[in-house]
Amino acid sequence: MDDPAQPVIRVHGLVSRFGAQVVHNGLDLEVRQNEIFGIVGGSGAGKSVLLHTILGLRRPQAGTVQVYGKNLQELTRPEQLAMAQSYGVTFQSGALISSLSVAQNIQLPLREYYSMPEQALDELAALNVALVGLTPDAAGKYPAQLSGGMVKRAALARALSLEPKLLFLDEPTSGLDPISAAAFDELLLYLHAELHLTVVMITHDLDSLLRTCNRIGVIVDGRMITDTLEGIMQNQHPWIREYFHGPRARAAENAARG
Amino acid sequence: MDALALQREGEDWRLCLSGDWSLRGMAQIDGELRALPGPESGTLICDWSHAERPGIGPVWALLGRLADLGGSRLHVRHEGGPPHTLQLLQKLNLDRQAILSAPPGAAPPLPSALGKLGRWAVLQGDEARGVLGFFGRIATVLGQTFSRPRALRIPSLARHVYETGVTAIPIVSLIAFLISVVVAYLGAQQLTRFGADIFVVDLVTIGVLREMGVLLTAIIVAGRSGSAFAAEIGVMQLNEETDALRAMGMNPIELLVVPRILALAIALPLLTVIADAMGLAGGGLLASLQLHIPPEQFMARLREALSPTTFWAGLVKAPVFALLIGMVGAYRGMQVRESARELGRLTTMAVVQAIFLVILADALFAVLFVQIDF
Repeated sequence: MDDPAQPVIRVHGLVSRFGAQVVHNGLDLEVRQNEIFGIVGGSGAGKSVLLHTILGLRRPQAGTVQVYGKNLQELTRPEQLAMAQSYGVTFQSGALISSLSVAQNIQLPLREYYSMPEQALDELAALNVALVGLTPDAAGKYPAQLSGGMVKRAALARALSLEPKLLFLDEPTSGLDPISAAAFDELLLYLHAELHLTVVMITHDLDSLLRTCNRIGVIVDGRMITDTLEGIMQNQHPWIREYFHGPRARAAENAARG
Repeated sequence: MDALALQREGEDWRLCLSGDWSLRGMAQIDGELRALPGPESGTLICDWSHAERPGIGPVWALLGRLADLGGSRLHVRHEGGPPHTLQLLQKLNLDRQAILSAPPGAAPPLPSALGKLGRWAVLQGDEARGVLGFFGRIATVLGQTFSRPRALRIPSLARHVYETGVTAIPIVSLIAFLISVVVAYLGAQQLTRFGADIFVVDLVTIGVLREMGVLLTAIIVAGRSGSAFAAEIGVMQLNEETDALRAMGMNPIELLVVPRILALAIALPLLTVIADAMGLAGGGLLASLQLHIPPEQFMARLREALSPTTFWAGLVKAPVFALLIGMVGAYRGMQVRESARELGRLTTMAVVQAIFLVILADALFAVLFVQIDF
C-alpha cells in the first residue's frame, strides 16, 4: 500500500455518460505517491464527475478505477468504509454541516469511527484548527459566521481530521480573494511537505496551479492529457494553448516568475 | 498490549512507545498518558522504534502530556525513528496554551425569569411588527394590481392553483369520504337505539357542510402547501434568489408570495366543494348500506335538514383559511436566513401555526355564526 513506485490512483479507460451525452470517453489517469496533481478542464468537461467517480460516489459506465491498488468496484462494504477513511475530501462550497460548529464538524468523523474521551476530541479539534491556520476562536463558530476563506480552511481541517494520506480538493481557491487564495496555496504546500500528503486538486485558478502542482492533467475531448507543468505549457492542443497562453494565463505566469 | 512503558535508564528515563499509535489506538493512548506518573525533571528518551503507524493525534496528545508533566525542567529526546510529523507538532506545541484556549462557544449567560420574560416580550413585539409589515406589503401589491394588472402574474397564479388545488383533489376526496363514513357509522350506532336512524342524514350533512369539509381540507392543505410555500421560499432565500430579484428591481412579494396566496384562496374553496360532495357521498353510501335508507330518501331528508345558509356557512370560511395558511407559509419562508437548520425549523413552524390558526379561526367563526344566527 505504501510502495512508492505504485501509483496511488490509477484510472483506466473510464467512460462516463449521462444519457446520450458522453463526458469521459476512455480517460486514463495516474496519480503518484506524494505529488500534488492538478486537474484542469473547461466547464462541463467532467472534472467533478471524475472526482466523484474516484471517490466511489458514482459508478462509471466502463473502465476501472483503482485506489491504493484496489479496484473500487470490487470492494466489499467494510473495505469501502476503510477506503472512505483513508482519504480526505473538501467540496467546492465547503459542505460544512451548518448546524454544527467548526470544532464539531472536525470531530464528526472522529466520533463516528473512533471512541475517545471528550477532552481528547477537543484537543484534536484544536490541533486541526491550528494546522490549517485558523485562530483558536474559530473552533466555536458556526459555518454561517465564517468568511469564504475560513470556510475553505475549516473544510480542509475536517478533511484532515482522520489523518488521511490522500487529499482531494475540489476548487479549493474558487471564490477567494487573491490574497486568501495565495495564502491557501502556501498552506497546502506546507501541509503537503509536513504531512507527506498526496493531493489531487481540481482548480480553475492558474496562479494556484502554477504555484502548487507537480503534474497537471487536462481533460479535453473526454480524455486526459497528463504532463508536467513545463510539458503542458508546450502542448499544441488548441484548448490547452488557449488555456495556458491566453491573456489571463500570461499575467499569472509573469506573476509566478516574479 | 500497553502503548507506553516507562523505565529507568541510568540517570535518564526511557519511554518505550509500542503498539498501534494511529488514531485507532487513541482512546487507549490517551488513557495511559493521563495515568503516566512522571518524570517531572531530568532527561526522557522517547523510543519510537516499536510504535506502529504513529498518527498526528496521538503524537499531539503525547507532547501535550509531556509538557504538562515537566514543562521546561524535563528534557525530552526522541529516538528510534520518530514520525515525520513530530517537528511540525513540536512547533505547534510551543503555542499549545493559545491553541487550546478556544472559548467553548461563548455560552450565553443563564437568563433569569425576568430576563426570559423580557426577551420573550421583545421577541413577540418584533414578530407582531414583522407580521404586520408583511401583511402591509402584500396589501400594497394587491392594491397595485388594480392600476397594473400585470402585477397579478397570471401564469404563476395558474401554476400554483394547479399545484395546491388540482393535485390535492385525490387526497382531499379520499379523506373527506372516509371521515364522513366514520361519523355516519358512529352516529348511526347511537341513533338506532332511539329509532332515530333518519337523523344520521342531518348529522352527516350539517356536520360535513358546516364544519368538517372545510376544516379537513384546510388542515390537509396546510400540511401540503403551507410547508411547500415555506420550503420553496426558504430555499430561494438561502440561494440568495430573493436578493437577486430585489437587485433586478423586482418585488419578491409580488413574484413569489402574492401568487401563492391568491392561488390558495382560489383553490381552497373549490377543494372544499369537492370535499363536501365526497363527504355527502360517503354518508349516503353508509346510510344505504348500514341503515337501508335508499338514496332517494337520503336526498329528500337532506333537503329538509339543510337551511339555505348551511352550505355557505362552510364555504365562506375557506378563503379566510387560505389566506391564513398562505401567509404563514410565505412569511416563515421569507424568514429563513443562513442555514439549512433554520429552513427545517421554520417549515415545521409554518405548518403547526397554520393548523393552529385555522382551528382558532374556525372557533371564532362558530361564535360569530351563532351571534348573527347564520
